[in-house]
Amino acid sequence: MVHTLESNPWQQDHAADLLYRMKWIRCIEETIAGKYGEGKMRCPVHLSIGQEAVSAAVGKALRKEDYAVSGHRAHGHYLGKGGDPQAMLAEIYGKRSGCARGKGGSMHLIDETVGFKGSTAIVGGTIPIGVGLGYSISCRKSDQVSCVFFGDGAVEEGAFYESANFAALHKLPVLFLCENNFYSVYSSLRPRQPEGREIYKMVEGMGIESAQGDGNNVLEVFDTVASALKDIRSGRGPRFLEFKTYRWREHCGPNFDNDIGYRTEEEYLSWKARDPVAQLTSDLISKNQLYPATVSEMDGEIQSQVDQFFTFVENSPFPDPKEAYQDLFAPDDFERSRL
Amino acid sequence: MSRRTTFGKAINEAMTIAMRQDPRVVVCGLGTDDPKGIFGTTLKLQEEFGAKRVFDTPTSENAMTGIMIGAALDGMRPVMSHQRLDFFLLAMDQLVNNAAKWFYMFGGQRSVPVTIRLIIGRGWGQGPTHSQNLQSWFAHIPGLKVVMPTTPADAKGLLLSSIFDPNPVVFMEHRWLHEMEGDVPEGDYRVPIGPVRVANEGNDITLVSMSYMTVEAMQALPVLQAHGIHPDIIDLSTLSPLDWGGILKSVRKTGRLLVLDTSNESFSASAEIIARVTTEAFGSLKQAPRRICLPDFPSPTSPSLSAGFYRRAEDIVETVGQMMGRTLSSESIRLQRTTPHDVPGNWFKGPF
Repeated sequence: MVHTLESNPWQQDHAADLLYRMKWIRCIEETIAGKYGEGKMRCPVHLSIGQEAVSAAVGKALRKEDYAVSGHRAHGHYLGKGGDPQAMLAEIYGKRSGCARGKGGSMHLIDETVGFKGSTAIVGGTIPIGVGLGYSISCRKSDQVSCVFFGDGAVEEGAFYESANFAALHKLPVLFLCENNFYSVYSSLRPRQPEGREIYKMVEGMGIESAQGDGNNVLEVFDTVASALKDIRSGRGPRFLEFKTYRWREHCGPNFDNDIGYRTEEEYLSWKARDPVAQLTSDLISKNQLYPATVSEMDGEIQSQVDQFFTFVENSPFPDPKEAYQDLFAPDDFERSRL
Repeated sequence: MSRRTTFGKAINEAMTIAMRQDPRVVVCGLGTDDPKGIFGTTLKLQEEFGAKRVFDTPTSENAMTGIMIGAALDGMRPVMSHQRLDFFLLAMDQLVNNAAKWFYMFGGQRSVPVTIRLIIGRGWGQGPTHSQNLQSWFAHIPGLKVVMPTTPADAKGLLLSSIFDPNPVVFMEHRWLHEMEGDVPEGDYRVPIGPVRVANEGNDITLVSMSYMTVEAMQALPVLQAHGIHPDIIDLSTLSPLDWGGILKSVRKTGRLLVLDTSNESFSASAEIIARVTTEAFGSLKQAPRRICLPDFPSPTSPSLSAGFYRRAEDIVETVGQMMGRTLSSESIRLQRTTPHDVPGNWFKGPF
């Protein structure tokens, strides 16, 4: 049986559901990493292994009809929001059944059926898009929220300040969700941002209520996000949340890169010791909220699903080369044809 | 029914009609609701449609473009206005990486119906950063429609078509056209994006022109006619997607091509037009095509420096003469000019 994140067997148990969601994302990404060397996924991949807590918690806290946009490292955000994993993998494999029909690849994910409105490759590029979705929501007087995922690098882009300013000015229903993983490609924060200045403090100075949290503690992330969403839905304007976390693997690609000199093995190990998945698992087991056998069952369940996704995708057809010349412009009756 | 009105008022009329017709149309941009109303083009819109649909914006060209792209992705139809194109350069990321690509890069799922009005300055010392004609930049990007009307009727009809087009449209208005008068049909008048407008029919030479340069071409026309030269004057109105059929048909008839471009010469729209015509209609050409453009320099500020910088009807007359093997005098055009070279008419008292 193939099920979605929303119909997973553990969804009634809040903590177990969050664990399942993190494992879901991790298993898919670990499998990508394991198979990347086969050379069939012929596009850059930016894995978020180690950062699953934020994706899982935010995805669960958001409603299906809420919007989300993201950047280049978007697998977790897409999957957490409930995005179709098969369509994502097919996109990475360049298949016609891909979520962007093979036009976008790993960095251009979309699943409008669950409100994931798109991820793009230019750092900070979807921050204004997410704020614009918030603007449209406010014009429609809906209680949806637009969640914008980005990293510590994106807050260095002008688009971030301009967008945050507009969201604060018009009190838009936007959740700014910053995952601070301390690196922009191979550049640490040191040459990029003043030492000692916290990102969330700076944003608070722009007139947006902000908070910071442990991005590897999924229960805490969920509570922080749920409370922010409540504020946003009550019309109190945008919220900014910064979660510190860490990507285990290289900026782009399937490998570990602690040996190349921009960060240390010790730093990696210290973060790995705070693995959000392992932390929650041992926490739940020690409190007798979860049996070790259940964890194994969960792992097996997920892996067998994920294997099915990959089998399906690998056997799916590529788009016809002629499709490269399609969809440059929407036809005049495009909107009507959608309805 | 049509009546005389100006290009600027025709723009205002198009937005008014679009907003009355469709509540998803919103109009924004720096100065939208200020007392000058972007050279009169946005006046009274806020009075009629309210501050939620017609609003001034922060000075944030890039994010505001992205924000309106986001709104468009959610079904709205924003019209953004920029008093000078040059400031919009700050928004190239959102325009090129998001607006132009969204429909294609997500496999045709969601289009971006945003219209971006860019006003091109000229004269009165607008100088290097207030008068750039960068239409070829936009036309170079797959996924953008680029519209550049000349007449008030086209301004109205093409703006209405742009607003209701499901794709992003860069709508370029030359500042020297805003006070030009013409017959403009009333009501929801639409001119399709794409087809060229034949401003004059003749058999001797094809003048392909755009925006304000068509005004200069029309000033050259009576002088050419007086010398027995009858040009086809093709006003592009749309640069992308370009109506190649319209241009090629004319060149196959006349065998001569002169392109009039408002921009710097190198890598301009004129370059593409000459390349394509030469490739596809080489056998029809009686001689090498030519073009009249701006020099490959920024436009200078001082009136003494700008006097010879812009090309005018005189240059068109002389170049057509050279191509036809004739020596034509443009003296009559010079004598008729009653305004200084750096203003479009006596109505223009600056400052921008």
